[in-house]
Amino acid sequence: MELRRVTQGESQNAGHSWLGKLNARIDRRKFLGAAGLGIGLASVGATLVREAKAVTTLAPGETTQIKTICGNCAVGCGFIGEVQEGVWVSQEPWFEHPINQGSLCSKGAAAREHVISEKRLRFPMKKEGGKWVKLSWDQALDEISAKLLEIRKKDGPDALMILGSAHHTNEAAYALRKFAAFWGSNNIDHQARICHSTTVAGLANVWGYGAMTNSMNDIRNARSILIIGENVCTSHPIAMQHILIAKEVNGAKVIVADPRFSQTAAFAHQHIRLRSGTDVAFIYGLVNVILAKGWEDKKMIRDRTYGFSDLKKELKRYDLKTVSDITGVPIKEIERVAKTLAENRPGTVIWAMGGTQHSNGTSVTRSYCVLQLVLGNMGVPGGGTNVFRGHDNVQGATDLGVLSNTLPGYYGLSPNGAFKHWANVWGVEHDWIKSRFANEKMNGKVGFTVARWYEGVLMDSEELGQEQNVKAVFYWGHASNCESQMDRVKKALEKVELLVDIDPFVTTTSVMPDRPDGVYILPAATVYEQSASVTNSNRDIQWRNKIVDPMWESKTDLDIIIRLANKLGFGTEFTKSGGHINKAWNTSDPEKLVEDIVAEWNMGMRTIGMVGQTVKRMKRQQRLAHTFDVKTKTAEGGEANGEQWGLPWPCWTEKHPGTHILYRTSIPVAKGGLGFRARWGPKAPDGRTLLAAKGSTPVGSSIQGGYEEMPAWKTDLTGKVFEEAIAKGLAPYGNGRARFKVWNFAKLGGDDVPKHHEPIHTPRPDLITDWVTYDDVKDHYRVPTLYKSLQKAEWVKDFPVILSSGRQVEFEGGGAAERNCEWLVDLQPEMYMEIHPALANDHNIKHGDWVWVYSPKDTDERDSKIKVKAKVTRRVSSDMVYLPFHWSGVFEGKDLSDQFPEGYIPFAIGESANTVTNYGYDRITQMQETKTGLCRIEKA
Amino acid sequence: MARITIPSRKASGPDKKGVPARLKFYVDVKRCIECGGCEVACKNEHNVPRDIARIRVVTVNEGQPGETNVSIPCMQCSKAPCVSVCPVDALFTREDGIVHVNKDTCIGCGYCLYACPFGAPQFPKGSPFGARGVMDKCTYCAGGPTEEGAHSEKEFRLYGRNRIAEGKLPMCASICATKALVAGDAEEIANVVRQRAAARGSQGRVWGAGTAYGPGA
Repeated sequence: MELRRVTQGESQNAGHSWLGKLNARIDRRKFLGAAGLGIGLASVGATLVREAKAVTTLAPGETTQIKTICGNCAVGCGFIGEVQEGVWVSQEPWFEHPINQGSLCSKGAAAREHVISEKRLRFPMKKEGGKWVKLSWDQALDEISAKLLEIRKKDGPDALMILGSAHHTNEAAYALRKFAAFWGSNNIDHQARICHSTTVAGLANVWGYGAMTNSMNDIRNARSILIIGENVCTSHPIAMQHILIAKEVNGAKVIVADPRFSQTAAFAHQHIRLRSGTDVAFIYGLVNVILAKGWEDKKMIRDRTYGFSDLKKELKRYDLKTVSDITGVPIKEIERVAKTLAENRPGTVIWAMGGTQHSNGTSVTRSYCVLQLVLGNMGVPGGGTNVFRGHDNVQGATDLGVLSNTLPGYYGLSPNGAFKHWANVWGVEHDWIKSRFANEKMNGKVGFTVARWYEGVLMDSEELGQEQNVKAVFYWGHASNCESQMDRVKKALEKVELLVDIDPFVTTTSVMPDRPDGVYILPAATVYEQSASVTNSNRDIQWRNKIVDPMWESKTDLDIIIRLANKLGFGTEFTKSGGHINKAWNTSDPEKLVEDIVAEWNMGMRTIGMVGQTVKRMKRQQRLAHTFDVKTKTAEGGEANGEQWGLPWPCWTEKHPGTHILYRTSIPVAKGGLGFRARWGPKAPDGRTLLAAKGSTPVGSSIQGGYEEMPAWKTDLTGKVFEEAIAKGLAPYGNGRARFKVWNFAKLGGDDVPKHHEPIHTPRPDLITDWVTYDDVKDHYRVPTLYKSLQKAEWVKDFPVILSSGRQVEFEGGGAAERNCEWLVDLQPEMYMEIHPALANDHNIKHGDWVWVYSPKDTDERDSKIKVKAKVTRRVSSDMVYLPFHWSGVFEGKDLSDQFPEGYIPFAIGESANTVTNYGYDRITQMQETKTGLCRIEKA
Repeated sequence: MARITIPSRKASGPDKKGVPARLKFYVDVKRCIECGGCEVACKNEHNVPRDIARIRVVTVNEGQPGETNVSIPCMQCSKAPCVSVCPVDALFTREDGIVHVNKDTCIGCGYCLYACPFGAPQFPKGSPFGARGVMDKCTYCAGGPTEEGAHSEKEFRLYGRNRIAEGKLPMCASICATKALVAGDAEEIANVVRQRAAARGSQGRVWGAGTAYGPGA
């Protein structure tokens, strides 16, 4: 492959002319003489590895080394990009990076190809008369904005749906949410909805914040590790480094609970093959054993939790025989796991999509919290709920509110609360923001989600929670093949008047709909072509440097957002900060622009303490990476002495070190200590206290016991409230109790204490009576959502096989970037379906045979089907099949190659798993139930 | 507290100037997670064509207890069988243990493939009747066989980058996700293995212990 780079439409073939120009050469003869020393590097040694230089301009022909952060998963690995004359020529390990210490997985090792792939989008295009036509940026944005204004006039602001991205930088994510507010709609959402929305809602309602409580590095302190519904080797490979060190050094016991014998299970002491979707029952089995043996942490339960008696009442339904029947796990194994966890504390629980993508997902994630509270594993190093988030900035995009149910910082949508606070930060009149919305009701109403936005297009408008149908949709760094019910998505993409797909590569969204026009493709820059901040899974906010300028004619997300705001007529209001900053953004210099936006979110994000992470501090940490200890993530000595790597939020002030471990009372607030958040006032509706008991406070607290949140802590932009609280050893958000019982969920129709419910498409119809799902909901994120009426006992007769989906290590998300990368496609060139030898033989299917997979009709009148190759393996049990979800380019057996613009067919295409994943959505967040469904298989 | 940490953060040992190195790879099968990072890093660094795998992760017992992954590059054998059998002496062992192939001399007979215990020799496809072309293999990131051509365009095209001459270790080991693949002087590698064995309770769980000391070791 040749290295190509084109700017302003001119092509320049850099070829390999950089050879022989690399600096810091060592003569080979001289080198061999010193080999005994130099080669002492053993995997590693930093002695002869060139220290990464600061980003300075070198003489032409020389190599510049630039530290950056990987743009794939949320582990947040660092690496060094080497640039020659503006061309990214190679990658080097960044050994001093505290999280990955130089390590990369296949995706990270292929980062360079994301930028230099010959499949990168070169210029804006639109579909006209069934053909793709090249456009200039101006023309494209003129046409798009004219159409948007026309739709706005005709149907109102809620006729636009924006699907944002977990690959946006923090600043782009923040700007996009601001953009939606200025446009006047809450119809904006992103991947977090279908990845960890149930975790965020679950955890936030248990103890205050919906985020990973400890960190990847902190796993090194664990003595037991329960990995449930997550395949670390595949989804977060570098986190395995910390898990394996805990296993080797601490002798930590590793337990993997997964319906598959996953790659990670191969490293476990015990593998539990539970039936998909039965996590709550399994966890309650463990909790029942722990309570029966008296292994619980009585002090934690008594002093720092609420609703234990309600939990105990629910636990009575889960005797071990029942649990074993529901989960398929033998009683002895349940007892053994409980014993291991009780005897090896502190222990951590790790989960991902296997835990979240269920119709009772919010209860599943809460049940994991129950286990950790009962074991007393919260607020301690080596413990916690280590939620592994998916994309590189899904935590940041969630924090910054690219969601239909909140503004940035989880402030919610209250027109006179949340919008007032943010209008203040944005420096616009509160009434002006309100006037942008259809009316005050829509101003405060949650919007459509990623999971079901398409029903806003397809359903009769009278069934919807808004007056008009959706007429325009933006897919901005988002893959439509990640959404279940893909045949419905396809129909919606065909029906909208305007479809805009913004991505570095051609995605499923542009090629799946059968339509001759009305589709625009805008080339976005990759994450390596812009400097900005990014938040990893464990709340570390890292500075990611630009490696090269945007390739071809691609533009950064921020650039596109601002251009659109200008064209839509609110550019001036949009590009300024209010509060004490009170000035316009510097839109002429991309680096300064990002700094201005960081300063703005520093000012507004009070709730989660995204306050002290200034650009200056982030850049300083990058320079001082080597001063941070790997196990504690704390800088020892030097300029950053005492700081936590990544200044994990809450980082209350510019002097605060960041909070590595949430809810840890053994250190003062000033050093990252906290109690549980007092989020629901001093008393529950039943009159019981929600404030922590006497003696349960962070060290150095001036109040001995629980206390309410500080007045105005969420809206005071000056920082005084935080400073005064910290000086007194108090947490601005109070000191409350973790809730086993969440009455507000019950009010919505969900579970008060977490409960097992059979999946909508259950393979065990005999369990429906006792473990039935929820009632149907009429207005659920503006669409009706079915539960009981779709949970039919007869599904399993025609669709007897459990269908589950997941990841493969080489690809991520919708896979648009990775399937356009030769190096990765080489490792995994084809879509496949995992099937057990017994099930395969029952259907006369041999390894490599083509197989049709059919899914139930659900709400529409047609079966969905896909044609995939069988991979016969014992990884799966004999009652299920497993599909990786990254594929697209083939739809129900039909090759979509001719729908791609010429030259843009990816190196690999395949059927999308989500064409056949079933209907089913979480009761609280509308997470799709893609981990448990039913299907029928047939040899093709 | 056991002392094992990721060795990258340790200072290197005392100066042993003058003692020749013996460069080796070592794969810790208790660590390899089959992520494919080594395979991709090799392609990225050396611009390796699609049909060539200079390093490959092999999985045995896939999907069942005992599942084990091994990343296999050219192991740079001390008494390399490929060197012994090469009819035109295109293969040779350097002073520091790196086994080189000279592509100007190689006739592409494939005899080395029979001799190699690890499947390291690669032959490009793409010509009629599967004609082999000359042999390609892992270079230990040491570029080409001659000093004259170091860092030339030709060296890059035929062999890839020359990291060793820059004082850097092979790319695959440098970026290994879990530090399973270790490269460097055999003595240093032995130290790493010893440290890990000690941390793990020294129960003979090192790869190869079963062969050396009998089953159950």
